[in-house]
Formats: sequence, structure tokens, C-alpha cells
Amino acid sequence: MARRRDVNRRQLISASVLIGSSLAIDCAQARSISGKVPWQPDEANKPQIVKPGPNQFFTSDEAEFIDAAISRLIPNDDLGPGAKEADVALFLDRQLAGPFGKASSWYMQGPWSKGTKTQGYQSRRTPAELYHAAIKAIDSYCTGKFGGKKFAALSADQQDQVLKGVESADIKLDGVDGKTFFTVFLQNTIEGFFSDPIYGGNRDMVGWKLVGFPGAHYDYRPYVEKHGQKLDLPPVGIKGRPGWTPS
Amino acid sequence: MAKKLPSIDVVLVGFGWTAAMLGQEFTDAGLKVLAIERGGWRDTSTDFAVTFAQDELRYYWRRALFEEPARETLTFRNDPSQTALPMRHLGSFLPATGVGGAGVHWNGMTWRFLPSDFVAKSHNTQRYGALSADMTIQDWGVTYNELEPYYDKFEYLCGISGKAGNLKGQIQAGGNPFEGPRSREYPNPPMKMVYGPTLFAQAATETGHKPFPGPAANMSRPYTNPLGVQLGPCTYCGFCEKYGCGNYSKASALTTVIPVLLRKKNFELRTECEVLTVNKDSAGKRATGLTYVDAQGEEFEQPAEIVVLCAYATHNPRLLLLSGIGQPYDPKSGQGVVGKNYAYQITSSVDVFFDDKILNPFIGAGALGMVIDDYNGDNFDHSGLGFIGGGYIACWNTNGRPIETHPVPKGTPKWGSKWKAAVKKNYLTTATVATHGAVMSHRNNYYDLDPTYRDVHGRPLLRLTFDFTDNEHKMSNYLTDRAADIAKAMKAREIHAKPREGHYDIVPYQTTHNTGGTIMGADPKSSVVNRYLQSWDLHNLFVMGASVFPQNAGYNPTGTIGALTYWAANAIRTQYLKSPGPLVQA
Repeated sequence: MARRRDVNRRQLISASVLIGSSLAIDCAQARSISGKVPWQPDEANKPQIVKPGPNQFFTSDEAEFIDAAISRLIPNDDLGPGAKEADVALFLDRQLAGPFGKASSWYMQGPWSKGTKTQGYQSRRTPAELYHAAIKAIDSYCTGKFGGKKFAALSADQQDQVLKGVESADIKLDGVDGKTFFTVFLQNTIEGFFSDPIYGGNRDMVGWKLVGFPGAHYDYRPYVEKHGQKLDLPPVGIKGRPGWTPS
Repeated sequence: MAKKLPSIDVVLVGFGWTAAMLGQEFTDAGLKVLAIERGGWRDTSTDFAVTFAQDELRYYWRRALFEEPARETLTFRNDPSQTALPMRHLGSFLPATGVGGAGVHWNGMTWRFLPSDFVAKSHNTQRYGALSADMTIQDWGVTYNELEPYYDKFEYLCGISGKAGNLKGQIQAGGNPFEGPRSREYPNPPMKMVYGPTLFAQAATETGHKPFPGPAANMSRPYTNPLGVQLGPCTYCGFCEKYGCGNYSKASALTTVIPVLLRKKNFELRTECEVLTVNKDSAGKRATGLTYVDAQGEEFEQPAEIVVLCAYATHNPRLLLLSGIGQPYDPKSGQGVVGKNYAYQITSSVDVFFDDKILNPFIGAGALGMVIDDYNGDNFDHSGLGFIGGGYIACWNTNGRPIETHPVPKGTPKWGSKWKAAVKKNYLTTATVATHGAVMSHRNNYYDLDPTYRDVHGRPLLRLTFDFTDNEHKMSNYLTDRAADIAKAMKAREIHAKPREGHYDIVPYQTTHNTGGTIMGADPKSSVVNRYLQSWDLHNLFVMGASVFPQNAGYNPTGTIGALTYWAANAIRTQYLKSPGPLVQA
């Protein structure tokens, strides 16, 4: 049985921070271990596997933006499928609906100050709040600039110009730091393209096939000293690979 | 009101490398030992089994094995004139929470510091004249020769794979000719070498350098350590640093000590319990024990005859500051010692892009690579260079994990079809030559308690004030230029040097090699602990780990942490237990 220790603890910590508690409230049990290694059979802290289905985070308007934008960040082209075809939108939806979106493990107490670049992320917005605000602001910018058209309705060239403007902060968005959003969004898109398919993206391991990464391959000992040889090992994920294990 | 518990012989704060090693030593001496760990129990077969260990998103990018800033973080600023702000998520370094500590997710690069590193101040002053007044380095108070048997003991505990370069003063072909003399060969031979580091080693030799295989806590063959614990041969899967090894092939406290220690009747581990303060008697001469809070929020007072701080290098100094033990350091006056001499490391790299050479970066291990030590420490003449210290230059094949590792040439856009094409073109055919440089201590690089921000228990966060100084930039630029010389000799299509420029930035990952804050030394005016890592203030309080380094060296710290731990354990067992009191007279 999977232990849900981490998730529970994070949820409770967030709750305790919110109510201003001075002590960690924690459902995990403090335990004493002596005289033996506390090993239990059939116990594993397994990863949580994403199931496809309706969006849990993005609204339908937001989903249109995401589909369009990730298609520009990692396009479908003659080298192979891009982020949209790899189901990166599903990956992002589940990440933002979960602990990452809620910044569950981040220090999110004030006071808040912009700080220097070297002091890192100082927005009071969680990633989830940042995505909601930035998508709204980018669509609002596009509607004003391009005769009522939202980002998803623009041509590919226009979309690239908008994304470059947000990335460089040449485009000032209303009430949100576009540059910070772009950094997080690009990083998350690359994560969705290259992470194990159990998280919803990298469908059919297209990201791994693009570069030649064999994935969660266990043993490379036969290949260590095959210097300079292209191995073309078929990639394998945590759930195996098509034709090897049933999905 | 904290509930008072029965007294115990030794209490250890934290349960990573140093606590496990000390637990083993002290229980062997017949003492009753308790370790208190803020995180949970975890083990190879349950928390990073081979069936799901190779998960880049979960373990690195979603930080599954690391400490959670939500509970406790530090605040940071580059200089004392700025307002420090919280490190809201991890970046530049990755401390851990949980049994095994940060040693669970290390790469396994297991070095000895140079003999001259332990006498950095006197050695450099003697050779190059007076140092800048703001460079607050000092000698360690312990020498390489004194530590040698303990380095050896740690390397045999771990089963380090490597090739000796200096056996009892005799230089050995194929090893590091600059290292201090060692009493015997490594317990295991070097790992088999992949292509990129092999090309680096050829180019390094052609350019007059002396390459050797990196010393690795990744097993080159099956190994049974002196405690009878078995490790399996590494399969080169490329998931070491930031990951737990699912294969029992990387030495950590969990794979070398804990399986033996936990079976002992005179050892107890309490998990999900966080130490709040070290308590002292009214005379301020002895530690009486400590106070901790358990996962349900209940506070306990744990009396003990000996208290040892074994938490991560950022937490030991903070615990002393929170407990009011020792005089806090003041950068204006230069007085005080607790928090003094925070140091780090300065890294840079040169990417080497080939057209025709398939390097298969995914065939990797944490310390799999070839290294040169020609520019480390004082292995080269610094006359006229304007800096002291140095670092190693290496070509490692640690991983091909593609979220983290997808090198592209200079000028490539960060996204779009051109980015995608560059990632595809270069993934299999790029090597990286990395530099790993020392950071000397400096008057304005230090810790104190933050006046504003608090942790989940309401205690002040640690405040870190740190920047690279002129010495580090000059040194790192020199190393980067030497790395580029070798990279050019690798005859690739193009190289791309990435020097470390500007202010220290807490965002990009660099190294988890934070040092200082509870430094060791010759007297209580200049150090927190003496040469046996014993507090000058409370004789039954000891501090382990990299927070005792007076300044950093150009190597990964774990080998030296291991040696110092066994050195201190020996002093406690053979001297302190017979006659509890100061081991060095102030």
C-alpha cells in the first residue's frame, strides 16, 4: 500500500501556516525505532499516476491559450511531435491542480518584497495563481492589440511575437509579472515534454525519442565501453513500454 | 511545558551520515545512544526502489527527498546593506529531510582535501605574503596526517572506487599525483570509463596535465564493508545526485551503517521529531540535553550526558544561535564566532559540442568521470595571479536526464523549432568540462538570525549574507580558461564557456556544499569548536559536519566530513569518556 505521508503532511503544514499556528500540526506519527530495521513487506512510497480526463485546473478559455502557447514553445514539426501532441497540456493541468500548483512545499509567508534577481522568486502568487492571472492578462493584451482576438486566435507569427514580448518584459501585462510567468511556464512545458509518461505528458515517450534518451533503463553495464556507438535502445518508462506491459 | 524524559548517554541531532557513524561508534563503546530526526523513516526498498527510482520529475524537480522551505528555510542577501528575503523554494543547494539526510541524494564524489588545505592561512601567507584583511581564513587545527587514518576508515566504510596517486609517499601512475600520501589503495578499483571523459583525459594528457578517475562512492564491483553490509555493483543508470539509489550501489548512511546500527539494543531513533534548542546548565559550562517537538506538537525535554549536533551544515549554526550558545559573529567589529565564515563553492563549465562522436550521456553515475587536480589548492604557483585557492577540472558523465541536461550551443533560442532542433542535434554528442572551485572565507560572508521571517515553529529563520569576492572570480575565471584550453584540445565542432559571473545567485543549482558557521580552530576567540569538534563553551557538546570548515576547499566535502567525524569519535571514545572535560585547554 502506498504511504501518503508526504501529501498529508504538506496539506496540514499549509493549513497550520494559514491559521498562524506556532506549531507544526502533522498527521504523521512520531515514532521510536530500536532493535530492528522497520521494514514492512508490500510497502512502497509509489508515484501517483495521472489519469486522463477532463481538466481539473484550466478553464476552457485557459486550455485554448495553453494548447496554442505550448505549440509555439515546442512545435510539431518535421523533427517530430511537439508539446501539444505530447499531451503537455494534461501534464500542466494536473501539476497545477496538485501540490506544485499550490506551492505546498514553498515558504509563502510575508512580508513580501520584490528583492534582487539573485534572491529568486518573491511573488506572493502560487504557480496556480500565477497561471490564472497571466493567461487572463495575456489574452486581455491580445484582445486590445489585435482587434478583439485572443492569443489562441492569432497567427503563429503573432503568437511568437507576443510570447517574446512577455519573455523579455517588453510587453507590460496588467497586474502580473509576465517575465516570471514565462520562466515558470517554459520550465513546466519542458518538464511535461521530458518527464516520465506517468505524469500525463511525454505521450508515447516522444520527448525521449526525439533526443535518444532511453528513459528509466535499469542497467547500462553492457554499453559503458561501447565508445562512440549509437545504441538506439527503445525507451522504457516507469510503467514499462507499449507492447511490453499492458497500459 | 515540555515533558521531561529519562536521561541518556548520548543524544544526536539529526540522522544522516555523521549521526549514523557516531551512533555506531558510541554504541560499540557501550553507550546508550538516541538520534532525533525531524523527517521520517525511509529506506531503499520503500522510498526509491529500482522500479520507480528513475523519476526525474518527482525526485529532482518536485523535490521529493529534500527539505521543505514551507517548514523551514533561510533568508538571503548578497551584502549586509540589503534586506534579506526568504529562499521560497530550493535552488542553489539541496539540503534534505529524513533518515539518511542529504547523503541519500548525493553523487558520491569522495575526496580528501590537500595537506595544504588544512593550513590554508599559514601556508599561503608563508608562500605569497600577507592576505587581504577581509579574507578571514584560518588553519583548521588538525592536519592531513592526523586525519589520514580516518579518511581511510571512511573510504573503506563506503567502498570507494578509485586509484591511489600517492601510496605512503610513492607517486602511483594513473592516480592523482597531487594528493596527500595514503596508507593503502582504495577498497575498489575505478569504474569503467565512458567515452566523453575518455576524450577529456586524452586531451588533458596532450596538454600536459595528469588525469585520473574520480573517486566514487558508486560501486565498481560488489562490496562488503567492514560492518558486514553489502553493496551491489553500479548499473550506470544515471540517477545519483538528487536521487536515492534503488540498487544499493551508492554508499550512504542507509546502505553502509544503518542496517547494523538499528539492530542494536542500545540505540534508538526517534523520527518526525524536531529539535528546538540545546539546553545548558545555569553555570553555562555543560549542555544538559535538548528540547524537541514531535509531529503531534508535543514538546519534550531530553536530558543527555553528551549532545552532538549532526544536522545539515545550515542547521547546526542556527541551533547554536537559537540556543544562545557561543558569541554570535558581528561583521562590523569582527568579534564573535557563531555564524562566522560561511563559505560555498564556485563552479563554471565549458560545453564541448561534437558532430561525429556519440557520447551517450545517459550512461552515467554520480562520480563517473576523469579529473585533473593540477589547478587545485596550492598545486600550482599563484605568484602574480591575484588569488589563492583553486579547484579541480573534470569531465563527468553523471546523467542524461533530459529536463536537466539538454545542452545547446551559444545563441540558440530558448524555445521554438530552432531550440528543438538544437536539443535533438546535440543531446547525444555533447560533453561538459566542469570546474569546481574553492571559496575562501570573507569578513562579510556569515550567518545570523533573521529579524523578520520565522519558521513553522515561530523561530527566527537563519539569515545568510554571502557573495563571491574578487578572489573567487579571479580564481574561477582562471580555472574556466584552463578548462577551455583542454576543451579546445578535444577537437570538437565548437565549445561554449560558461564562466560564473556577477553576484552569487540563489536560484540556479550549483552545489550543496555549504560550509562554516560553527568553525573549528585553535582558540575560542577564532572558533566555535576545537580540533576535536568540541564546543569551547560547553565541553559535552560536539558539532559535526561541514559547518566546522573554517573555509572551503576545491573538493566535494563528504570525504572530509567523514574523516573529521571518525577523528572526533576517536577522541571522545579514547579521551573524553575517561575524563569528561575540555579536550583542549583554552
